[in-house]
Amino acid sequence: MSALKPLNPNEKMDIEAILTDLENYRPLRKGWVWRKVMEDGVDMGPFHFRNMSEPLKNSIGLPASKYFDDIDPQPECVVTTEIASGRFEDDLRRMRMAAWHGADHLMVIRTTGQSHIDGLMEGTPEGVGGVPITRKQIRASRKACDLIEEEVGRPINFHSYVSGVAGPEVAVLFAEEGVNGAHQDPQYNVLYRNINMYRSFVDAAEAKLVMTAGQIFQIDGAHNANATAKAGWLVMPELLVQHGINCAYSLASGMPKELIGLSTVPPNSPPAPKLWYDLPYAVALRDFFSDFKMRAQQNTRYIESDIEEAIRTHTIDTLISMLTSADIQSTITPDEGRNVPWHYNNIRGVQTVKQTWSALDGIKELLSLKMDGPLGEMARDIKERAVGFLEEILEVGGYFAAVEQGFFVDSAQYPERSGDGIARDGQGGVAADSIVPRDPDYLAPVCAHFGNNNLPEGLDRPCDLIGGCTLCHPEKIVYIDELDPEDSADRRLQETYPYRKGHLIRPEVEWAGDGTVLVQLMVPEQEDYAREAGLEIARRMGLDDPQVINLMVLHPAEGCYLEVKGKVTFDVDRDTLKIPEKIELLPEEELREAVLKVGLTVVAGTVGEDEHSVGLREILDIKHGGIEKYGVKYHYLGTSVPISKMIDAAIETGAQAILISTIISHGDIHRIQMKRLVELCQERGIRDRLILIAGGTQVTPDMAAETGLDAAFGRGTKGIEVVDAMVKTLKQRGVL
Amino acid sequence: MTDDRIARFEQRREKYKTMSDEALKEHFWDLCNQLVAPIAELARTHTSPSIERAVLLRMGIDSLSAHGVVDRVLQAGLLGKGAGHVLLRVAEKQGCDIREAAAAILEDKDILNNLFEEVTQ
Repeated sequence: MSALKPLNPNEKMDIEAILTDLENYRPLRKGWVWRKVMEDGVDMGPFHFRNMSEPLKNSIGLPASKYFDDIDPQPECVVTTEIASGRFEDDLRRMRMAAWHGADHLMVIRTTGQSHIDGLMEGTPEGVGGVPITRKQIRASRKACDLIEEEVGRPINFHSYVSGVAGPEVAVLFAEEGVNGAHQDPQYNVLYRNINMYRSFVDAAEAKLVMTAGQIFQIDGAHNANATAKAGWLVMPELLVQHGINCAYSLASGMPKELIGLSTVPPNSPPAPKLWYDLPYAVALRDFFSDFKMRAQQNTRYIESDIEEAIRTHTIDTLISMLTSADIQSTITPDEGRNVPWHYNNIRGVQTVKQTWSALDGIKELLSLKMDGPLGEMARDIKERAVGFLEEILEVGGYFAAVEQGFFVDSAQYPERSGDGIARDGQGGVAADSIVPRDPDYLAPVCAHFGNNNLPEGLDRPCDLIGGCTLCHPEKIVYIDELDPEDSADRRLQETYPYRKGHLIRPEVEWAGDGTVLVQLMVPEQEDYAREAGLEIARRMGLDDPQVINLMVLHPAEGCYLEVKGKVTFDVDRDTLKIPEKIELLPEEELREAVLKVGLTVVAGTVGEDEHSVGLREILDIKHGGIEKYGVKYHYLGTSVPISKMIDAAIETGAQAILISTIISHGDIHRIQMKRLVELCQERGIRDRLILIAGGTQVTPDMAAETGLDAAFGRGTKGIEVVDAMVKTLKQRGVL
Repeated sequence: MTDDRIARFEQRREKYKTMSDEALKEHFWDLCNQLVAPIAELARTHTSPSIERAVLLRMGIDSLSAHGVVDRVLQAGLLGKGAGHVLLRVAEKQGCDIREAAAAILEDKDILNNLFEEVTQ
């Protein structure tokens, strides 16, 4: 196996290199990995954190982290993001981006219909709503994860689904290829995929034991009940039952508790009084299932097209995790309700968790749940209903009988019933009548095989009969590359080459070169007109195939907020772009000496009718690393200072420079003030004696030339940059 | 019917009221285990095409061949013996390795005729 070239943070990942020599690639490790959590917490920047794990080697913090020594605290729980655009080769780049923002559990959704394919898929065909899960796709993805985890400095758990009619085979594939986590829940097949119930459970036992051999962490599918039932918050007793069945069945199949996770979603959403449902449910669940791991998912049931609404709900979901517990905090991309998730919405989902987790760090040391009141009573009520549910299942003849009678996913709260549950016929469904009794001499000469197996005595391992199975001897694995070269990653990569490795640039949200952009606009019209106007505006902006993907009525008559997506049809040539030169600052020591030599003094103030002062104070004050730190003396005149007064003050104090701050840009007033400063200095014949500098949020460096100033600075400027500009001007004038 | 069920639940609930949280939890798990025990027994004593293909994969057979072989084994009514078992028998009979046995089954389905009877005799 050739050694992998480590990723360089300044270079794009080389997808072609990842796909090269895959037939010889073996995953660098197997099994699920939790984050490293220090018992005493973590010190980062000026803070002590109580619920954080070991920081990353390379990462991108929350936007505000620059105000906090660039710290990027990493929650103690594993953080999940779901990535599956249909083209796994493009997803690899998104996985890298997500890992840099703190995701270490990358979950790949399968292409539509794969759960009904009776066998494994091979090659890399394009998927719909997900990715065809194949050996090549997994091996390439795991190879990319091996590189990414090295780059960020934390193991990545790669995850997909062991369900459908080919569960055991998929489990073997995953165990062979080092997949770290998987959904496995036979109830999911039965209820939501209409796969025959007997087949589903017989297969599941084998799949679970194979997963155990691969140390693959299992997540169940119970949460689908509250995503499917009409009133998701009423099915809470059933959720406990479904979790219980999968946990007990997993244990019976030989899976240890450490590998068993519950997929749990806070079932309600505002404007409902969410906490009164979700908190007792979370408490009840964590009580009954204290021996198992919690994978807390965010609510998807009520997400439609409004991204901000989704993010707000997910923030509360994360609060519930922190008030109770979560071993894995999953994220939902906030755009899931309106399209296949886009690159940057994975990042937004991860940020929601990171931001909430930081804000609420140590919450359990500050607050505790009040159990001796309605919370305790409601939790107990859910548990009693769940126990009653189980007793009734046994009473009617067991699980299969209960499914036939429509016990599950009924939208009423147990024991009430709406009669809208999902009933399945034991003799029906996909792959009905496909299980076969094992003969007394049944034999399977492989490891991790569940059930009766008439092996000869005296074997150390079952696979000794064949000189080893693929789980013990991975070199026996047979790698199939492609079945249809026309529908393959290689073919797609040829088409997108110019956008990945060439010099062409197109925006993208899913796939290289997809050209998709989002236009946000307010249209002052009623809904029907606003929608059509939005489309027309997008068309005239040159966007192909415009679609309104979100519309919020601001007022029935006054207008709507719209989000319109469309595609740009042009490329931008990277080679034609002019990148503004980065100004090399003079060394700090040289600046200090120069300031001292000329006794550099400035007058400063916010000009015009403008009361903003914070930005300028940061440029001036030593406390904020302002110009004072470098020895510059300043006279601060305050806010709303007339330009003429600034010049008078400069003359009076003998200052060499005037710094004006101009924040308000209404009617281009900032430009006018800047020009006026230059003109007045010229009128008084002192332009050459003074250094004139302006700054403000709407000011840009190129405005200096436009207005005749010596320098101009925008948002985020540091004091040292202003000192540097002043010293350089003095040098140009021969003063220094 | 629904009223009956609700009434029965209310009766059961009287019993739960006498149980501590710990006892209720223990009862929950006892019921879950009772519920899955017959299903696990079903799994222990049955197999399926996917399970058998998963066995063949572990024996080093590629997914396409595994599919074809299991189809043949099923048609021959031998799935209850185990597809891996069938493969071992064919390999033994033909004096070839396991992959060659898989190829032989795909090439000639008659190879499976009387595979087990012969040995028994």
